[in-house]
Amino acid sequence: MSWYKRERPSVLTEKKRDMPEGLWWKCDECGATIHRKQLEDHLYTCPSCGNHFRISPQKYFEILFDGEKFEEFDANLRSADPLHFVDTKRYVDRINSTIKKTGLNDACRNAVGKISGRETVISAMDFGFIGGSMGSVVGEKVARAIDKSLALKAPLVVISQSGGARMMEAALSLMQMAKTSARLTRLHKAGIPYISLLTDPTTGGVTASFSMLGDFNLAEPGALIGFAGPRVIKETIRRELPNGFQRAEFLQEHGFVDKIVPRRELKETLSQLFDLVCD
Amino acid sequence: MSKIVLDFEKPLVQLEEKLAEMRAFAQNGNGRVNTELANEISTMERKVEDLRASIYRNLTRWQRVQLARHPERPYTQDYIYMIFQDFMELHGDRAFGDDKAIIGGFAKLKDANGFSQSVAVIGHQKGRDTKSNLYRNFGMANPEGYRKALRIMKLAEKFKKPVVTFIDTPGAFPGIEAEERGQAEAIARNLFEMSKLETPIICVIIGEGASGGAIGIGVGDRILMLENAWYSVISPESCSSILWRSWSFKEQAAEALKLTAPDLIEFGIIDRIIPEPIGGAHRNPEQTAKTLKEALIEELKPLLQKDRQTLVEERIEKFGKMGVVSSE
Ligand SMILES: [Zn+2]
Repeated sequence: MSWYKRERPSVLTEKKRDMPEGLWWKCDECGATIHRKQLEDHLYTCPSCGNHFRISPQKYFEILFDGEKFEEFDANLRSADPLHFVDTKRYVDRINSTIKKTGLNDACRNAVGKISGRETVISAMDFGFIGGSMGSVVGEKVARAIDKSLALKAPLVVISQSGGARMMEAALSLMQMAKTSARLTRLHKAGIPYISLLTDPTTGGVTASFSMLGDFNLAEPGALIGFAGPRVIKETIRRELPNGFQRAEFLQEHGFVDKIVPRRELKETLSQLFDLVCD
Repeated sequence: MSKIVLDFEKPLVQLEEKLAEMRAFAQNGNGRVNTELANEISTMERKVEDLRASIYRNLTRWQRVQLARHPERPYTQDYIYMIFQDFMELHGDRAFGDDKAIIGGFAKLKDANGFSQSVAVIGHQKGRDTKSNLYRNFGMANPEGYRKALRIMKLAEKFKKPVVTFIDTPGAFPGIEAEERGQAEAIARNLFEMSKLETPIICVIIGEGASGGAIGIGVGDRILMLENAWYSVISPESCSSILWRSWSFKEQAAEALKLTAPDLIEFGIIDRIIPEPIGGAHRNPEQTAKTLKEALIEELKPLLQKDRQTLVEERIEKFGKMGVVSSE
């Protein structure tokens, strides 16, 4: 196996919308001004209020894999625009411009590496790519991550960060929900642990499939997690939504999340869980 | 003749009315044969048939969506009573309550050639009027509906009976309580459990197949779909509002989504189209049910012969193949 370390593009430049360039960053939750170095030291969480900023798969790989070393697989998969979908612009143009802008091929990256010495497969989604939406590529990549995990007999971690199924692949996107859930039954049968980490946001088609199917469902503090988006619910019921509705803590309170894990404890929590159920 | 007329059916209805008037006029002619009038009537009859054929043979995707939502279209209960015998409805998820938007139970599927099989039947149920629609929540299920469905499927597995599901929903209900009780988890759990259920499953999209709420009872060995049903990740209206930022692009959205049965059979998402009578299922519910029943029995027979492990493996593979990616 060839281990390599990718050239790491800084999150600060990579996610312009969320994290502008420059030395200082302002917390959108408490207003604290945070130095870039401080932000990195705190794994992109606010040192004053603990707010978790959205980070890319690259960052999760670096935070979780020993020595920031990992091997990415199936990186070349791209959307084939099977429906020749056109709305106000062509889907194929949307895909190409997003690829150019983000340097990603789609909204999910797969990697294998070691977490505290234990070989682990991670499939991580990126909200920056068309809202982290799941079309054929994301579904296929999650399915292949499951296959890899089966082949290596290594635990699987899926990090969700997605607005749901991708409209531009219509029913094919919908089928990815069944495809990934069906594939997970094989991990279940093989007795291999599957950990689902829900980050901000995890809604729609991913929540209603693999994201909710972890043997262990973990969530980042404050993450928005739900089936329907808050706007849709509000429009349907014409009522104000309660405070904290669909946040990670709400999900835990209602019995759908095992543990809320601050980012700085994530690696340790995963290692501990693997130790508890694998050895 | 249907009471409710869709906009694209109006020219046809006008012509049909004119024809009826002419016939009435001819009948009032005291039995005297008026050759001229008889000729006019037969010309008009041909015109009506030509127009009918041209409208229904060239339905746009949006027109099919309208037919799928036709208020007189047969719903799950109608098919249950037209196709099966001795239906016994079961209630409740054994945890929270009984969702009226999904019904289910056991029934007998029999034909005149000696085929007889107990099956679990489950489906979304819409209402016909305001009162029954409120009772059925417009066919929008809450988590307990999906959990009731799963409970019945597990019983089917235990008693080695096949499962038939009828899909007809504008979506799973988006509400505060639905989220509190885990709408996403309930649907996800069904996808997982249906994938490995050790008994044959046939799913039929009979009307609207909207998103997670539809596929939540939609994982099976054979997926059938009525000719004028629709099945997609989102409704054309919602798609229009999100991608076009306006509600008025529903026709374009329906075209873009390729949500009809002829589209989906090409993508390998469904296995078989159930033809509807000209004008839609509601024009002749009995005929639709008869066609569907024959297809169900035909599809069920080979599945009942299959070894349970093979069935499950093939089901996982079937969905595993869905999707199109490029990898250059
Ligand atoms: Zn802060």
